[in-house]
Amino acid sequence: MTLSLAMLLASMAAFWILSRPQVLPAEDYQNLVGDLSNGERIFWAAGCSSCHADPMAKGEDKLVLSGGYRIDSPFGAFIAPNISPGSAGIAGWTTYDFANALVAGVSPKGQHIYPSLPYTTYARMNPEDVADLKAFIDSLPVSDVPSRPHELRFPFNIRRGLGLWKRLNLRGDWVVTEVATPQLQRGRYLVEALGHCAECHTPRNIIGGLDTRRWMQGAPNPSGKGDIPAISADKLDWSAGDIAYYLETGFTPDFDSAGGQMAKVVLGTAKLSSEDREAIAAYLKISSLVD
Amino acid sequence: MKSGMFAICGILGAAVVATSAIGDGHADKAIEAAVKARQSQMTLYSFNLGLLGGMAKGEIEYDADAAAAAASNLAALSQLDQSRLWPQGSDNAALGTDKTRALPAIWEAGSTAGEKGMAFANAAIAMEQAAGGGLDALRGAMGDVGKSCGGCHEDYRQEN
Repeated sequence: MTLSLAMLLASMAAFWILSRPQVLPAEDYQNLVGDLSNGERIFWAAGCSSCHADPMAKGEDKLVLSGGYRIDSPFGAFIAPNISPGSAGIAGWTTYDFANALVAGVSPKGQHIYPSLPYTTYARMNPEDVADLKAFIDSLPVSDVPSRPHELRFPFNIRRGLGLWKRLNLRGDWVVTEVATPQLQRGRYLVEALGHCAECHTPRNIIGGLDTRRWMQGAPNPSGKGDIPAISADKLDWSAGDIAYYLETGFTPDFDSAGGQMAKVVLGTAKLSSEDREAIAAYLKISSLVD
Repeated sequence: MKSGMFAICGILGAAVVATSAIGDGHADKAIEAAVKARQSQMTLYSFNLGLLGGMAKGEIEYDADAAAAAASNLAALSQLDQSRLWPQGSDNAALGTDKTRALPAIWEAGSTAGEKGMAFANAAIAMEQAAGGGLDALRGAMGDVGKSCGGCHEDYRQEN
């Protein structure tokens, strides 16, 4: 009896220790001066407004980050919060607070953030780009729309459990390890650290982590309707030029056009430089882990 | 009098049943024809965009006359009266996504599908003015055409 009580207490202590929110080294984020124009580029490459603008927002309203986009998943529904620079959003956050949220999935209150914010991707971001993005978001309009809570089922609504999830699924290393040219390095950064293509185009394991062995192999749509196509080099037969043109205009090689969430993605990639779009395309053409 | 009323009710009732039965049959055919017609219109957009986009991508050599002809087709297509192409009940919830990917939101209150169509028509007219005036002008105009296509497909088309 005493023994089993001791074991229970020991496992509770182990859970408590292993699930602790882990923050970033503060020194990496000191003395960074945000650069607005690079921040804007990062903003569009990282697709922030695809989820954090009102789902029906158009044009300039895509810069009002009031939140509200809903992601249905097997664990329940995640609802993107207000991240505008007002009191309903991220007013008062330091660059370090912002970095911990974006890169480590830890809120300024020291709680785990759900990985519907794709910090499993942003974990690979450079501190300078994080600071620049923060500066750009701080320059955007304020929205007073309150954030709505996620609608998650037990036990997924216990945030502390994410500490264990992160131990299994949050890694800052590159998935595609061999990149021979500066263009491929840039493409890898745009895809693996910013664009978070894999968050939809790579299948997930049973606990909702990306199965990186099946990188970009396509996946069921988490909302339950249809499939998200494979875009790995072995499956997607578009040329690099086709991919770059799609990211610029939304036109497929058959001159159908992007719709749904990809239409939002293309609005962002259309704002990048043609070199950046070509780099993404070049990366995707080598992004197969299948021999 | 009483039997007269009954007869009238009976006739009315029968007539209602009959028209709805005939109506359903006609409506199905009319809806299918409308879906086919609007999908054919999309195919013609795509066919003409294929030439313009092929030139923009550098896959097809730029030819001002051919580009102008395709762009003028596109503009003409965008001006066709579409009032009979989008009947009520021709959405994917009613017909199935294998028949149409048009979402019910097109017909719901607050729908902006009409404005999206106007944005496309404006982009197609701008393309008509640009396409014969050199490759750079054509390339520039493709951006707004693509944006207007995506603008409607973003909200009103079911993705696969």
